[in-house]
Amino acid sequence: MLEKHLEYLSQDPYGMAREAKQEYLRKCLQDLIIHHRDNCSEYARVLEALAYDDSSAKELEDLPFLPVQLFKEFELMSVPKSAVVKTMMSSGTSGQKRSKVFLDRPTAMAQSRCLSNIMASFIGKKRLPMIILDTELAKKDPRMFSARGAGIIGFSLFGRDVFFALDDNMEIRWKDLQEYIERHSGERIVLFGYTYIIWQYIVKAMQNKKKNMGLTDGTLFHIGGWKKLQAESVSAQTYNQALKDVCGDIDIHNYYGMAEQLGSVFVECENGHMHCSVFSDVIIRDPKDFRACGIGEEGLVELISVLPSSYPGHVLLTEDWGRIMGEDDCPCGRKGKYFELQGRIKKAEIRGCSDTYGQ
Amino acid sequence: MTNMEKYINAFKESLEIDDSIITDELAFDSIPEWDSVGHMRLMASLEDTFDIMFETEDIMDFSSLGKGKEILKKYNVDL
Repeated sequence: MLEKHLEYLSQDPYGMAREAKQEYLRKCLQDLIIHHRDNCSEYARVLEALAYDDSSAKELEDLPFLPVQLFKEFELMSVPKSAVVKTMMSSGTSGQKRSKVFLDRPTAMAQSRCLSNIMASFIGKKRLPMIILDTELAKKDPRMFSARGAGIIGFSLFGRDVFFALDDNMEIRWKDLQEYIERHSGERIVLFGYTYIIWQYIVKAMQNKKKNMGLTDGTLFHIGGWKKLQAESVSAQTYNQALKDVCGDIDIHNYYGMAEQLGSVFVECENGHMHCSVFSDVIIRDPKDFRACGIGEEGLVELISVLPSSYPGHVLLTEDWGRIMGEDDCPCGRKGKYFELQGRIKKAEIRGCSDTYGQ
Repeated sequence: MTNMEKYINAFKESLEIDDSIITDELAFDSIPEWDSVGHMRLMASLEDTFDIMFETEDIMDFSSLGKGKEILKKYNVDL
């Protein structure tokens, strides 16, 4: 994040309505475009090839976007290599090229703060007992900064007495888990995991053993995408119900984000709508001519984030398919656009979205 | 052990580093041992040692050994 935008990080993530948000985002994005053009020669060449002109970009949809695949082909950064403190790799299943995302300290810090702010609006600022529905990946290979491992570490910041529910063999640590839940009875517990891993190694395993965690107050966040679940014909509704059957009385929030835009995530509200925060926005584009689609129209998902300053990932065209459902008027009260994801475009490469285990 | 010794010890044990690099300037991500994983271990160790609970904000602000001393003051830990 650019230093002059840091003050925005403490904004209410869902408090800004369209007009104010458009103006604020346009200002941030214009600053970012200039910053990346001045500091990343590849990005400058893209702008040149597009004949991009600052003064002609009136709306967010007029801003130039980069296809997310570019991060697989090129090492794009807008800071000197010496300033890079972390290189994130997208998950990508074997044999495929993986994205490389270069983080300097300010960008890494802004990502944590942004995620923290968004999460606090769902679970409050206090750190709560946390169950990670995964194995302690970092223990095995601490230097491995896969998106899956980094996601867990990034999230565990909001918890205390963090407990990993799976052992090294992806088996549930049932006895320890029961003790943990016992120890924190009466407290609200946060749970975190990857969509498919939860299904495969928590839900199915517990169904087989006819077990139930018996949670009485919990909030679960999961990320990773539905591709593999769609292959098993599992709908969001089936998933949520099965999860509640084995966990107990919990709220479930699916959320969405890219390794190329960590931090400014999109969280599903209690009505099942994926929400943009004030740090991000979504535009749907017609794949035939890339025009911006209206509310309700399906197309390619473009994602905007105010966070990336060490690499030009502020406006990305993804390989995801979706539609905007509305803006500022979700019954949950959150301002901003809300949308629905409908999967990956057919010609896109298969990507694991952090949700790969030994496959 | 004084509180300062306990503080330094938490760094040495949770990050597995030795005395030679212990200074106020020792910063998060400046050595391989103090990465995000090490950071979470360090925070847990300090919380146990001084029986406190950091706010998320302070975990993110805890950017160096020196900065950590300031943060601990907020939790009434005299070093």
